[in-house]
Amino acid sequence: MNTLIAISGLGVFCLIAEIFNFRKAIVPVVILGLLAILGTTLNIWSFGELLNSQYTNMIVADKFSNAFSSLFIVLTIFLVAMSHDVYKDHETKISDFIAIKIFLLAGAVAMVSFSNLSMYFLGIETLSIALYILAGSSRLDIKSNEAGMKYFLMGSFASGFILFGICLIYGAMGSFDVTEISEMSRSAELPIWFPIGISLLTVGMLFKIAAVPFHFWAPDVYEGAPSIVTATMSTLAKVVAFATLYKLLATMNADISSAYQNIIIIVSIASMTVGNIMALRQNNVKRMLAFSGISHAGFMMMTLLSLSNSSGNLLYYTVAYALAGIASFAVIINVTRNKDNEDILNFNGLGKTNPIMAAVLSASLLSMAGIPIFSGFFAKFMLFTQTIQAGFLIVVIAGVINSIISVGYYFKLILAMYTKEPSEEKQSTPFVYYAVGIVSIVLNIIIGLYPSLVTDLIK
Amino acid sequence: MNVSLILILLLVGAIATFLSGDKFASKVALLFSLAALVCSSILVNQFLGGINISLSNPWILQPNVSFALKADGLSLAMVLLTTSLLPLIVLSSFGNNFNNSKNFYGLVLFMAFAMVGTFLASDGLLYYIFWELALIPIYFIALVWGNGDTEERKKAVVKFFIYTLGGSLFMLIAFAYLYTKAGSFLLEDLTKLDLSTTEQTWIFLAFFLAYAIKIPIIPFHTWQAKVYQKAPTVGTMLLSGIMLKMGLYSVIRWQLPIAPLAAKTYMPVLIGLSIAGVIYGSIVALRQKDLKKLLAYSSLAHVGLIAAGCYTLTADGLSGAVSQMIAHGFVIVGLFFAAEIIFRRFETYKIVEMGGVRSQASKFTSMFMILVLASVALPGTFNFIGEFTVLYSLSQVNIWYAVLGGTTIILGAYYMLKMFQNVMLGETNTKLFADVTTTEIIVFVIIIAFLLFYGLYPKPIVDLVMPSIKETLIQINR
Repeated sequence: MNTLIAISGLGVFCLIAEIFNFRKAIVPVVILGLLAILGTTLNIWSFGELLNSQYTNMIVADKFSNAFSSLFIVLTIFLVAMSHDVYKDHETKISDFIAIKIFLLAGAVAMVSFSNLSMYFLGIETLSIALYILAGSSRLDIKSNEAGMKYFLMGSFASGFILFGICLIYGAMGSFDVTEISEMSRSAELPIWFPIGISLLTVGMLFKIAAVPFHFWAPDVYEGAPSIVTATMSTLAKVVAFATLYKLLATMNADISSAYQNIIIIVSIASMTVGNIMALRQNNVKRMLAFSGISHAGFMMMTLLSLSNSSGNLLYYTVAYALAGIASFAVIINVTRNKDNEDILNFNGLGKTNPIMAAVLSASLLSMAGIPIFSGFFAKFMLFTQTIQAGFLIVVIAGVINSIISVGYYFKLILAMYTKEPSEEKQSTPFVYYAVGIVSIVLNIIIGLYPSLVTDLIK
Repeated sequence: MNVSLILILLLVGAIATFLSGDKFASKVALLFSLAALVCSSILVNQFLGGINISLSNPWILQPNVSFALKADGLSLAMVLLTTSLLPLIVLSSFGNNFNNSKNFYGLVLFMAFAMVGTFLASDGLLYYIFWELALIPIYFIALVWGNGDTEERKKAVVKFFIYTLGGSLFMLIAFAYLYTKAGSFLLEDLTKLDLSTTEQTWIFLAFFLAYAIKIPIIPFHTWQAKVYQKAPTVGTMLLSGIMLKMGLYSVIRWQLPIAPLAAKTYMPVLIGLSIAGVIYGSIVALRQKDLKKLLAYSSLAHVGLIAAGCYTLTADGLSGAVSQMIAHGFVIVGLFFAAEIIFRRFETYKIVEMGGVRSQASKFTSMFMILVLASVALPGTFNFIGEFTVLYSLSQVNIWYAVLGGTTIILGAYYMLKMFQNVMLGETNTKLFADVTTTEIIVFVIIIAFLLFYGLYPKPIVDLVMPSIKETLIQINR
């Protein structure tokens, strides 16, 4: 709760700073503020809130929500740090954009710490509306407008599904409170509306995480939106949506039926396969990462097959994926900031013109491909072990085959950087991209070497 | 002092080389590789003196992974092979000028680090991490510093990467499955598992895919010749001299003890595939016009025989295989170095454009000749000990295996001598061929001295590996 209040306060500060013309101070103050909030959330100074405390049955702060909130805060710090350079030509708007990002974070935190479905819906709408605005934020660019519009239409459709699902669950259970619903769902006789409601909720959330067959919006929106927003969507928004889906299912539908399990398996395998195969054919890096994100959603869905004890693995996978994503976007934003597209040609010869950036991007792609010492490897490995333990070998084999396919397109980018001749002179790189890229990839490697740093947060 | 020291030394060496700048990188790399050689020799001495130099520390609690390094005769022999080839490989590259040589030599040392780790690790996941880690440096070495057309090289290297990664991922599934059974990745726990025949078969196949691609065994060899041809010679030496042995070593260390029943059931198939590789590699080598490709196919034939030796599951087969791994490591590095020396002077690998070198470079000719003879397993060289022991063990299983496997010596002699004739002999070449420099002589002399010494007195190596082979056999026949 403290986290949520503090974050909202920080957002309001950004808006006020505009009035008093503090624009230059916004980014540093926000980063410091977020670091302070991170400390409270992780309970480093041990005067934070007690675990498992409830707030008028709306918000619960448990290990799950604190761990994920911390991840979201870290990601937001990276994104805000990069905003400084991205928005330097739109100085008048910087407070708006950063305030929106902070409110987005507030929505995200609300989504993982809800204990009441109305709070959950409030969170998801806060997050989504912030994202719709950001997707269309490059207002003179027609592609950005298209992306914002498309995302808004499709997203509100999904929100409709979610809302309908919540209504049906209320109709079946007579309550919005998650713990009450969870208790009642264990009773023998369940009204038919309850499973239908859960299914509708799942559909809405699968849309948000861009799992096949609800993935059609993702490539277009990712490509059209400004790169920094794509970075937000592909790391923060995806991770938030997945953590929320996990929490919804784990708390309300823990004894999952086998029919539902089959659907999860099919969606998981389809997401991995479709995402990977489509990514092979892309020449636009942002589109490629959109499809790669779809396939990663498929991987994350494996955690839904052993709901009772996979939260640690989910956290680890999301951390590994998001850190690699942030690092790769730091490079992509830097390389394409003066270009009108994100074609793979822009990366030709980066290994010669800017070896550090090329190394960061290679490392993050290797992490996503699941090569050891990078945390992406452990993430996949833990998923595989757990899924084998739960008895779904077929999903694991599909996952392995997909890991092999994914090497094909991740390496396309690495090959372009190291074997092609550079098409232009070296351009200067603002320090912040180096900082974000290197810090996130170092974090990635550290948690690859000591996975318990992350998994202990939740166990 | 324990074995982690050598890993630390190589890792520090890789970083120091990277930081030392392009000018001194090669020297720093040589210094650290020599230090690693000294260090590993000391470790072997300590081991022989009965001091426990193994190491086991908990690393990750959930899943239960420990940082366990096991030093026994077998792993130390392979470590010694790596550390003694490494200075030679680094020294052999002194005649080349690489762009960004700090990155290049840094990657070479890093790869040595990963390979030594693979040989030492006795925890399945740790082993897998080192195994995969060795792939990244060689990928960049072959890609960035390779020769020939960029597009073709890219294709070859990516194919190699995807093949090996794909194979290893199935091994990862096998490890994950074993973990769910044993609750640990330690080799000693995995070998104690009581697995049914079906389980063993699947696990064996998953391991086999990883190893058959790495070794390579027919029909998983298609990546090999192109990559050997396109990689820079240092990369080819690392691949053929050491990295292939990772696969063969892993067969003895991991695959056979964990799934012995499957190995026994499918023994004819496994030996058959390996020997098919021997014959296929020899015949294809006969027709090669590119010197590096010819050596690649000869290597395919030789490792086929080594793999056959491993799958006989006899003490002779395994010890012969280990001897031959070491001998082949040395001889193939020497042969690729000879190819590199010719390339430095003639700037081609095409055999037709060579010839008539003998009269211009007599020292080089005689040293090359000795290496060729060692490669065809002439008695008196270490290769003879290895190949003969393997063939003997094959004849114990079935005489026809030995007869077919023995063609490697006949065919090998044919294509190697024919190659030697075309490359070195004939009318004096119009192009100038400077005789070998001092650095080049040092590399050759060390390799030849090693092969001849252990050819006449193989006891130290056999004594070193025999106890651990016996232990492996006990696990296989449990």
